[in-house]
Amino acid sequence: MNLFKFSSPQTFYPLAGRLAPLFWGLAAVLGAVGLYIGFFVAPTDFQQGDSYRIIFIHVPAAWMSMFLYLVMAVWAAVGLVLNTRLSSMMATALAPTGALMTFIALWTGSLWGRPTWGTWWVWDARLTSELILLFLYIGFMALHASIDEPRRADKAAAILAIVGVVNVPIIYFSVKWWNTLHQGSSVSLTKSPSMAATMLAGMLVMALAFWMYSIAAGLTRVRSIILERERNSAWAGAMQEN
Amino acid sequence: MNGSPLLAAFRRDVLQAWRRRADWLTTFFFFVIVVSLFPLGVGPEPEMLKTMAPGILWVAALLAAMLSLPRVYGTDYADGTLEQLVLAPQPLAMLVLAKTVAHWLLSGLPLALMAPVLGLQFGLEGEPLTVLFWSLLLGTPCLSFIGGVGAALTLGVRGGGVLVALLVLPLYIPVLIFGAGAVQAVATGTGAGGHLSLLGACLCIAAALSPWATSAALRVSLE
Repeated sequence: MNLFKFSSPQTFYPLAGRLAPLFWGLAAVLGAVGLYIGFFVAPTDFQQGDSYRIIFIHVPAAWMSMFLYLVMAVWAAVGLVLNTRLSSMMATALAPTGALMTFIALWTGSLWGRPTWGTWWVWDARLTSELILLFLYIGFMALHASIDEPRRADKAAAILAIVGVVNVPIIYFSVKWWNTLHQGSSVSLTKSPSMAATMLAGMLVMALAFWMYSIAAGLTRVRSIILERERNSAWAGAMQEN
Repeated sequence: MNGSPLLAAFRRDVLQAWRRRADWLTTFFFFVIVVSLFPLGVGPEPEMLKTMAPGILWVAALLAAMLSLPRVYGTDYADGTLEQLVLAPQPLAMLVLAKTVAHWLLSGLPLALMAPVLGLQFGLEGEPLTVLFWSLLLGTPCLSFIGGVGAALTLGVRGGGVLVALLVLPLYIPVLIFGAGAVQAVATGTGAGGHLSLLGACLCIAAALSPWATSAALRVSLE
């Protein structure tokens, strides 16, 4: 079977329509299992009590936020290099999910920080670089939204995403060094106590659930984008009449 | 012969700026005014101002550099010169390099030269003041290079002026950290060598890569 058959929006649209419910279902099941492990199976932490349980949302969201930026940039770059429309549509479809993950990671981190560190926000290297990642997502979406012609918007946003990917490690390390220079070890995230096996299992299941959710949301959103952009084509028109 | 189109592009930008001096002086005075606003906002305590000075001067430099960006390609885009530059037989990245250097000379260098005077107002003296100058001298070209990508991407885009801030300011963060960090490091006695080296490394990466990204962005904008 030639997989490149699905690189055309027309053939990908029904495929995404078949795959999306599958991933939504997987996300729901894995999310339910992960939350069950997180709330009822995993033991209470002897240092942080029950407040640590937000880790089952926080860490998967933080992982996905970084991973999705990479995936988004790769799709955007593929779209720029090979001039394939669908790749750029995928990049556009993933950006809001990535921004959402970044926001969830920041929000839950703040909620977690209040009981454990006694403050809503610290200028820690990870928090700061996560905040900057949110700015990068917003920049990508804002640039795409402000150019009316879709193909030009795709290409411009792709260049921005690639520049962003080159910059992300530089930003991360600069923030890290800046942080060690400014404040001592008042807060340490890295010296976490070794984790119980059930906690790790719960976190991994939740990470898979977030992964499935991201794929499902991306596929669902790309279907809307395909319809929106192809509304003048014969196949999309024929489908609307049915 | 190979260098002459590059030199011509550079001279053209400098000459145009010289004939419209007010445009570039605006950015310069913006920098001076923003820096002067801070003591009025946070109070005149000398000790506090001294510790805040590197950050204030650097943030103001970032904002000033960002404000001057739309002018790099804006007028050329409006009157069609940019299309001719893209069509020219010379590699576009080289012409972009020339224009970026011209932009730095007109907007970055004056800030670096003015910074020691403003630093004196904040009570910086001796070595921190010298390091402030050197950090700005190394850092402002980075701002011009990185900003060029944003300026090229937002050409002819709705709300380009505000958008360029959103795109460019997050990418400026490493330059801000190393630049302001150099001055703070020397003020606390740890030496500015490391920060200045990293700033130099940023400049090398930006100078090597950003002309390519900028020329790709210009081609997209002119489609």
